[in-house]
Amino acid sequence: MLSKKQARAFFLGGTLVTFLIFIGLTIFSLSKDVDQTNHENITPAVVRGKEIWETNNCMGCHTILGEGGYYAPELTKVIDRLNLKYNGQGEQVIKSILMSEGPWQPNGRKMVAYGMTEAEASDVVAFFKWIGEIDLNGFGDVVGVDRKISPLAKDKNNK
Amino acid sequence: MKYKSQKVAYWFFALSMLLFGLQIVYGFIMGFAHAGYDGLHEIIPFNTAKAVHLNLLVVWLLSGFMGAAYYIIPEESQRELVSVKLAYVQLISLALVGVAAIIGFHFNIWEGRKFLEIPRGLDYLVVVNVLLFLGIILLTLFKSKRRTTTSLVLSMGLLFAALLYLPGMLPFDSQVTDSFFRWWVVHLWVEGVWELIMGGILSFLLIKLTGVDREVIEKWLYVIVGLTFLSGVLGTGHHYYYIGVNKIWLVVGGIFSALEPLAFLAMALFAVNMYRKGEKKHPNKLALYWTLGAAIVSFVGAGLLGFAHTLPQTNLYTHGTLVTAMHGHLAFWGAYAMIVLAIISYSLPNMTGRKLYDSTIGRMAFWFSNIGMIGMTVAFGVAGVAQVYLERIMKIDFMEVQKLTEVHFMVLIVCATLFTTGVILYMIDFYKHGTPTDEALEIHN
Repeated sequence: MLSKKQARAFFLGGTLVTFLIFIGLTIFSLSKDVDQTNHENITPAVVRGKEIWETNNCMGCHTILGEGGYYAPELTKVIDRLNLKYNGQGEQVIKSILMSEGPWQPNGRKMVAYGMTEAEASDVVAFFKWIGEIDLNGFGDVVGVDRKISPLAKDKNNK
Repeated sequence: MKYKSQKVAYWFFALSMLLFGLQIVYGFIMGFAHAGYDGLHEIIPFNTAKAVHLNLLVVWLLSGFMGAAYYIIPEESQRELVSVKLAYVQLISLALVGVAAIIGFHFNIWEGRKFLEIPRGLDYLVVVNVLLFLGIILLTLFKSKRRTTTSLVLSMGLLFAALLYLPGMLPFDSQVTDSFFRWWVVHLWVEGVWELIMGGILSFLLIKLTGVDREVIEKWLYVIVGLTFLSGVLGTGHHYYYIGVNKIWLVVGGIFSALEPLAFLAMALFAVNMYRKGEKKHPNKLALYWTLGAAIVSFVGAGLLGFAHTLPQTNLYTHGTLVTAMHGHLAFWGAYAMIVLAIISYSLPNMTGRKLYDSTIGRMAFWFSNIGMIGMTVAFGVAGVAQVYLERIMKIDFMEVQKLTEVHFMVLIVCATLFTTGVILYMIDFYKHGTPTDEALEIHN
């Protein structure tokens, strides 16, 4: 029968081994050779965009890379999606949403009106552009542009 | 023997109750918004409610863990806490930091990173607060001649929880790296070191409630926390499948997170077996309910429901949907909320001298809250699965799907009302116990 000493050795040994493997895998997956994020494309505008994303807690409603609030649309491929929906005007639509001073209610669900400047909105778009090009091991296709827009939604958009 | 310093625990538990109540209020705001009634949007938009709901959860659980430590460590190490005054200072500063953060969320002051929304300035205060807490606990242990496995596992969990807060404070330009290390905090907390804390509290409660030999309980405690780390550390990989890092995580995360339910199964079997084995039947039935309940519900919520969407081929579609909210609610409730309520139910009569061991209110609190939470989990699950099929497979527009799932949130609200009734009854029971007295602690010990 297992003794307490053996049980402790199992705990400490198991923890140490798995943690070392975890550190090793972390170093590996963040190394340049296996980068899937186009890290070199992170411009100052992308960084500013990320900061705006964070300081307004956009993740509190939206999801990005599948992480966030589940209350508002996933934004990983938002530019592609809105390009398809608004005849290539995706970036402009995003900017006008972000710069809107008045209450904004896309599809019946309210969004905070942020009233951003043109420059701020452009930074957020730069951030979305960079996000949209990351290789997400297949998840990009799941939330990507080949979405069916139902006739009902099309009617609404055309109004 | 008497450990008057254990009284400090009561006030941490009281703070927990208060914040828990507030957490539920914000949960309702979000539930109604999902159901289409977002009348409070101008004052409390969804992202504010969400940040408050999540952070209050973290703070009330931490306050509960801290209270548990202040209660358990003196008894296990057979000496008073090194400083009661500093423990109260720590309590007040914890409450102030928590309240400041919550108020800030209403004024767009936050970091906007899920679970770690507390702004950077307050992060430093959190670190100071936790260091003070750890100082009191570890110094008490260090000065004592008796260091039990239970107290060591509990303290180790608290120490690692503090250390793991730090990777969340590292600044990164890349959203991917940022997210990668955010999970070092969130995942390694809830599926790692918090389970040490849970295991430590569970072990203490089983020793007290079942009368099974300490050596037997603590031996199995090692096995369980061993299984937790063995599966949980590399299980972090399930958060890395689809955020822009190497595919190796699909394999590593897939295998190890599939093993994670084993640790919870072991914990449930352990608790039930110790109860069956125990010759001593402690009169505090409610504490026993919550203790066994925590072990069993955490297996279902964290273990089984986590497994339900942890395999990469499933997670590809469920990632970022309400399926996560389904798992999250029952997991946090079973593993952490219930264990905190268990230690409160056990310690309260000992601290206050009012032996309300088996009150009707207490029993109703247990059943209402659990049945309500299971109903909520089912409602989230149905909405989540519907979302996966309609939005991710049928490719129907996000908001159209949200409209279709509104009805499930009405069901959620009904179940949440039952849950809340249970929690209110628990709070009434808490209030009825009165405040702790030195005499009560003397008699108990």
